[in-house]
Parts: sequence; structure tokens; C-alpha cells
Amino acid sequence: MINLKPVHTFSAILTFILAAGFTVARAQDVPDVGPHPPAPAKHMESHIGNLTGHSADAKSDYRRYCAGCHGELGDGQGENTPWLDPKPRNFTLATFKCRSTPTGTLPTDEDLFKTIGRGLTNSNMPIWNTLSKQQRADLVAFIKTFSPRWEKEKAGDPIKIPAEPPITIESISHGKALFTKLECWKCHGPQGKGDGPSAATLTDSQDNPIRPYNFAAGTDDSRFKCGSTNEDIYKIFMTGVDGTPMPSFADVIQPNDAWDLVHFLRTMQVHRHSRENDVLKAAGGRIPPYVEKEAPASQSGNGAGGGGN
Amino acid sequence: MRTSKPCIAVLIAALCPALMFGGTISGKVTYTGTPIKPKPIDMSKEPSCAKQHATPIMTEGVVTGPNNTLENVVVYISAGADDANAPAQAVTFTQKGCQYGPHVLPMHVGQELDVVNADQTSHNIHPLAKVNREWNKSQPPGTPPIKDKWDSPEFIEVKCNIHPWMHGWFAVLKTNHYAVTGSDGTFTLPNLPPGKYTVTAWHEPDGVQTKDITITGNETKSIDFSFVLKPY
Repeated sequence: MINLKPVHTFSAILTFILAAGFTVARAQDVPDVGPHPPAPAKHMESHIGNLTGHSADAKSDYRRYCAGCHGELGDGQGENTPWLDPKPRNFTLATFKCRSTPTGTLPTDEDLFKTIGRGLTNSNMPIWNTLSKQQRADLVAFIKTFSPRWEKEKAGDPIKIPAEPPITIESISHGKALFTKLECWKCHGPQGKGDGPSAATLTDSQDNPIRPYNFAAGTDDSRFKCGSTNEDIYKIFMTGVDGTPMPSFADVIQPNDAWDLVHFLRTMQVHRHSRENDVLKAAGGRIPPYVEKEAPASQSGNGAGGGGN
Repeated sequence: MRTSKPCIAVLIAALCPALMFGGTISGKVTYTGTPIKPKPIDMSKEPSCAKQHATPIMTEGVVTGPNNTLENVVVYISAGADDANAPAQAVTFTQKGCQYGPHVLPMHVGQELDVVNADQTSHNIHPLAKVNREWNKSQPPGTPPIKDKWDSPEFIEVKCNIHPWMHGWFAVLKTNHYAVTGSDGTFTLPNLPPGKYTVTAWHEPDGVQTKDITITGNETKSIDFSFVLKPY
């Protein structure tokens, strides 16, 4: 009994010395690499309509619903990540696919809010409309704590989208000509099946293989990655899908021409019921070759150039 | 009239001390080890580019010259000669024959960059920036140059996703004292005022090496770099 105490103390001291020595050795030998937890004090807000999101309020929701894939550190390295394709977003890069803003700029809070509520089709990101709007707004603010960009940079200015012109066979025909001219088929394939000559070699910016969108597989309830409306399609090719091979065409397509391309893309969704397919059917099911009508006049558009640098 | 000649001489001497009395760092970059053999690039999927090359162009990951010299190495002053201002003239990155020219393009932070498509096919320019903002833009033939500039120093990999063999680099530096080695592996960094400098050599697959050097006056100092090529 009497002997035990010094032994006890000795072993405690020994343990302490060993542990301390080990910690010091670790601190010296292990190079300072790898992800670090984000600075905890950083507080971010999001503004969606009249909702204000607070990052501090999303902490437990993020852990519960998001960290499994996006990781505790927001680096896209959650415990599920090895089994997922496409890979979860790495928030520390602050590169986002679905934006209303030009390529290379941060998305708006509303863009992120919509993505959470919409989910990402053809991926493991579900539709999170089971969370309240306030919860989603808080999560948007939380996502912004993972990259210092959100403190240094403002979101880009959303590209301007003119009102959609009527769907006509001429519009579809011009869209088809643009699809050929802009070489969309190099990746998406001549029938939009995602089987163009460059399709097999595509990788995302993290070097993971990635497939171009297969329009032909679209059905009535299918969505695009960044939405399901004609306006969403317009946005996708004008802003580009950052972090993927899909570039922005904002500098090279006039706004009205862009609508023609949207109308044509809809006809590539052969199994989907759409106004575009109705117009095509009424025109005999065949897209007439595009005839350039006094070139400059048709190009004038409304000049509301989208993105820019 | 009589006084004009001496005046001009004094003026030149006053205006161009760096040019007249600056030091120079020069040297050579070599390698040890076995370089990856360049492979011919198959451009048959892009005939408009393939026909521009009488013989297929080779991959440019590691380009070597005679006597173990290393090409496409960016040598620059990484400390001691920070230049606040970017030169006014733009640098140009050209896509021709589905190949980037030059393979490695150095520029100053904030300097204007023009990306030109000289081909008859669409390219997408996709700088995979990590420190700066990554963007990705389509550039069909006949469209004006894409203009951009970078805010932070970074070696940015540039890709065309449509033509996966197209691969290059933007070397964004915070100095105007830089050089890219040619096939003889040599570089020259002139016009350096007296001072202590850190010289860095960057090679695409092998990372960076640095060396410190002091310039005391109108002298030429030589330093050489040698990269141990990654085994493959």
C-alpha cells in the first residue's frame, strides 16, 4: 500500500514525459501539411430575399446532414466520399457549378440556396427541401466559412437574361446551326447523347473522370444539373459549369442566339414532352437547315452582353 | 547648341543607372536521371490541327536539349526584387495547331493576358487556378482575344478540355526579373541593382529549387540549377 503511491506517481510522470516527448517530436517531424480546421470565430451571413442566414446557427445541421460527404472541414472528404461519383463539392476551393454569375466569380447566396433546395441530379446530392428555408439559409452562410474568398470577394453580377422569344422552327433551326458551329457536339455528341469525340477524355478540375450531359436520356421528370427550366439551360451554358470541362459561352453568343440554342437543346430531349418538341412535330419532325438572313441584322440581339471578365 | 551634347550624356547617365551599372545573374539548368520520352501526339480527331504539322508534335512535359540541358524552366527572382508594377504591354498566349505557344508563359501579377485562338476550331481555355480564380471560357475560331489578369502569384496549369493533349502553364510572378530556359538550358537575369536575391527555378513536374546570391555592383554572377528528374 505504501509502496504503491511512488510507483503510481512515477508511472504517471513517465507517461507524461513520454506523451510530452511524443507531442514535441510530432510537432517537429511532421511537416505542416494537410487541411486545417477553419478558423472557428469566423461568422458569415447569407441574404436570400428577406431571409438572413447565420453560419453559427447551421453548425449542428452541417454536422448532421452535410459533413458525411462534404467533410467536417468542408473539403469534400467526408467518410462517404470514396464511394461517391461525382465527388462532393470541396467548399474550401469556393468553385461552384450552379451559378447565375460569370465564370470565375463567386455565386450569389441565392444560387447556393437554390442548389441546396434543388439537389444535383445524377449525383448523390439530394433535394434538401425537408429543411426549412431558414435552415438552408443558415447552411449557405456556413458554407461560406470554409474559404477566405467569401470575405475578400463579392459575388459576381448575375448575367442578364432577356425575355424568351417565341419558340419557332426557325429558332430551333438556328439553335442547331449554333450547336454545330460552337462545337457543342465535340463533347455532347451530334445527337446530344454525351458521346462526342472528346467525351471519353474529360476530367473535372480534380482530375476525376466526368461525363458530358446526355440530352437524349432526358424524360419528362428529368432535370439538368442546375435546374429544369429554359432559363436554367440558358444560364448553364452562358455561365459555364465551373470546376468541370463545360466552358462559359457568354463572350461568344449573343443573348437572342442563346435562346435559339436553348430551343434546339430541348429538341434533343427526344423523350421529353416540351413546347419545342411540339413545334418540331408540327413542322413535320424535321429541323430545316438554317438559312442566314442578311447576317448582321439577325445578330444585333439586344446587346446585353452577359458575363465578361 | 554647344551644351546640348554633354547635356544628353548626363541625362542618359542619370536616367539609366540600372541599365549601365546593373548586375546580372546567368546560368544553366540541367538534369540528372532519365527524362520521360516525349511521345507523338495523335491529333487525328482534329484534322484542321493535324494538317498543320508535317510530323506529329511531341508532348512537352519534359523537354531536354543536348548535354542534359532542361528546357521550359522558369528562373526568376523570388525575393529581393519584388516589382510593384506590372508592365503596360500585354503578354500573349496563342493556340495554334492545337498547341499552346509558349508552353510556359511567364507574366507579372496584374499584367494583361491575351489568349488568342489562331485555329479553325473551337478551344476552351481552362486555367486550373487554385490560388486565383479558376475560369473556363469557350473561344470559337475568329473571335477576339480573351483578356484577363491574375491577382496573386501562382503557377497555373492551363488545359483545353476539348483537346486533352493541349497543356500549358501561366507563371504568374510578382517580379519582372524572369527568364524561361530554351533548348540550351541557359538563362540571364539582367539589370539587377546591388542587393541580396533569392533565385528560384521552377520545372513543371519537379517543383522548385532556390538559391541565394548577392550582387554587389556591375558584375555577372553565375548560378546553375540541376533537377533530379522524377523516375517514371
